[in-house]
Amino acid sequence: MYALSVVVALAISSVIVEATGGDWWPVLKALVDGSIKAPGRWGETLGIAAPLLLVALGTVISAKAGLINIGQEGQLLMGAAFAVFFSFRIGGPGPLNVVLLLLFGALGGAVWASAAGLLRYWRGVPEVLSTLLLVFVAVQAVGYGLKWQWLLLADEASRGNRNLVSEQLTKDNRIPRPDIFGNEFPITVYVALALALAVAYVLARTVWGFRLRMLGHNPRAAQRSGVSSTTYGATALAIGGAFAGLAGAAMFAGGGFSFGNYRLVPGFSDFIGWTGLLVALMARERALPAVVAAFVFAMLRTGAGFVNSTGVESRITDVVQGLLVLALLVPPAVVFLRDRRRARAAATERV
Amino acid sequence: MLLIDFFSAVGDVLSSESTYINGALFAALLAFAATGEWVAERSGTLNISVEGMLLSGAFAGALGYHLAESVAVGLMLGGVGGLIIAVVQAEMSHRLTADQFVVGLTLNILVVGLTGFLDREIDPRADYASEVEIPILVDIPLFGQALFGEPWPFYLLYGLVPLSWWLVYRTRWGLELRAAGENPQSADVSGIDVNRRRRQSIYYAGLTSGLGGAYFLFARLATFDDSVIGGQGFIAIAAVIFGGWTLWGTMGGCVLFAGALSFQLSLQGLGYELNTELLQALPYLVTIGAMAIFARRVRPPAALAQPFIRGLK
Repeated sequence: MYALSVVVALAISSVIVEATGGDWWPVLKALVDGSIKAPGRWGETLGIAAPLLLVALGTVISAKAGLINIGQEGQLLMGAAFAVFFSFRIGGPGPLNVVLLLLFGALGGAVWASAAGLLRYWRGVPEVLSTLLLVFVAVQAVGYGLKWQWLLLADEASRGNRNLVSEQLTKDNRIPRPDIFGNEFPITVYVALALALAVAYVLARTVWGFRLRMLGHNPRAAQRSGVSSTTYGATALAIGGAFAGLAGAAMFAGGGFSFGNYRLVPGFSDFIGWTGLLVALMARERALPAVVAAFVFAMLRTGAGFVNSTGVESRITDVVQGLLVLALLVPPAVVFLRDRRRARAAATERV
Repeated sequence: MLLIDFFSAVGDVLSSESTYINGALFAALLAFAATGEWVAERSGTLNISVEGMLLSGAFAGALGYHLAESVAVGLMLGGVGGLIIAVVQAEMSHRLTADQFVVGLTLNILVVGLTGFLDREIDPRADYASEVEIPILVDIPLFGQALFGEPWPFYLLYGLVPLSWWLVYRTRWGLELRAAGENPQSADVSGIDVNRRRRQSIYYAGLTSGLGGAYFLFARLATFDDSVIGGQGFIAIAAVIFGGWTLWGTMGGCVLFAGALSFQLSLQGLGYELNTELLQALPYLVTIGAMAIFARRVRPPAALAQPFIRGLK
């Protein structure tokens, strides 16, 4: 069924391409080449999958507590900004720098998400709305920071002729990108995978995870049995933000050319936060399926890069990507509705 | 000395008609989108594909003018353009039970790609709509030109906003719609098809947003570009929230946010650079602030953004 709906999505995209005088087959081939087959490409894909997965994991945690956080894009950007501020304005001792930078990034994301948490539990502002609005505030705040040298802006020597750009992270402070079979990707990929396992374990097998899920399923029962919705909810939101911030810092310190080339620039987040949210929701808010979903979304992104060379207007890749996401949404929904119909039929028969 | 200059510049801006004309232009765009979004949110669906609806409407409007050389056709097609996005959003999220945020975000990205792609391939040409001045009223100083001397699609708003109010507060349909937004379980039990009402409210939002996009095209741009809407859809959402989910509050938000934007543009024209980031973040900050202050008194529809599936709470 998944295959069928993907085929339908591709068919629609192909109709669009053909209708405007393009040629469909090379576009599809370019998508596959760009994401996996061409040399060095699957490493690139993994490098993009890692931040997507991190963002998604954070979303899973806050979603389990019954909170709808849709502000990952802003939290990610804030994380990156905190990481930049730390690495150029504070700075840690040598080898520790990378680790501290990542932690600072996580802190940035957590702070931004906690603003929403504060509004939620202190003033009763729904977190759906505050996290969404804070995204746009974050974009402007980082834009502001990039105008001032004491905040994020690089000094004139390393700025070159560019405006609004941070310094470049020096070589020894970057996240290592070992080369495996001709593919290189930052080791944050392993970190993200390990964290996925950890999140799955914590949510399924620990008291804390159980309480969190209880809060999500039935807040009133949770409150009665001593789970403070304020403490647990605010913590879950903060952790969710921390993951997004970590993703931002990891993109900055290990992203290579895909993300600003070790510099913070306007538009740095490049929809990774939004896409990470999509990943989590596609994985139905479970940690391990998010790994697969993150890879699929990363494939679409890297594959898109190769479509330009086929002579078809590159904007088509956004269309393909959108259609594919919508297509992937249909089967689980249809299955869900069918199962319900069957269950209801069975229930009426029994009566 | 500088400060005095600055204040006199502010005075100039505040007393110049063009500030108000620009403000009305942006406010109208926001109002078209926010009216529909308000209806949608009252039915309990946080429709975040307004941005896509606006853009789709603007493109369809340009296409309509390109094909028929008529602003009216362009506007109609614009409405259809918004409606198409609305149908996808509504069917996916309130029939197939897919997550409304996933659908909305995806649609926003999809529409930017699709309109950008089609724009390159087709390159539709549009033109400005003719301006219609309402006699006597247009001569009111300062505001007259801005409110009564506008391109004619602007006047649709004067009908659309009261119509929306009437639909939501004075018809059975509106009552059922609000019930679906406040307590879907009860609404369902009393025989209202909750998801159907929500779908219809999204269609309505798509229609008005599509009109809004087309209006903006004919009033200000006359050529399509995939960045023309540039986040105004999200400001429209902010306006609905700012207005505390009442129609008049929402319109107030539209006027306030559009006014701030126009004020900034006019000041820039006089050579004064305000802190642009702060002004751009202003709608969102003001909205968050208003929510934080009034959150206890003003509350969103109780079931806002909660999907309704019969038998599941």
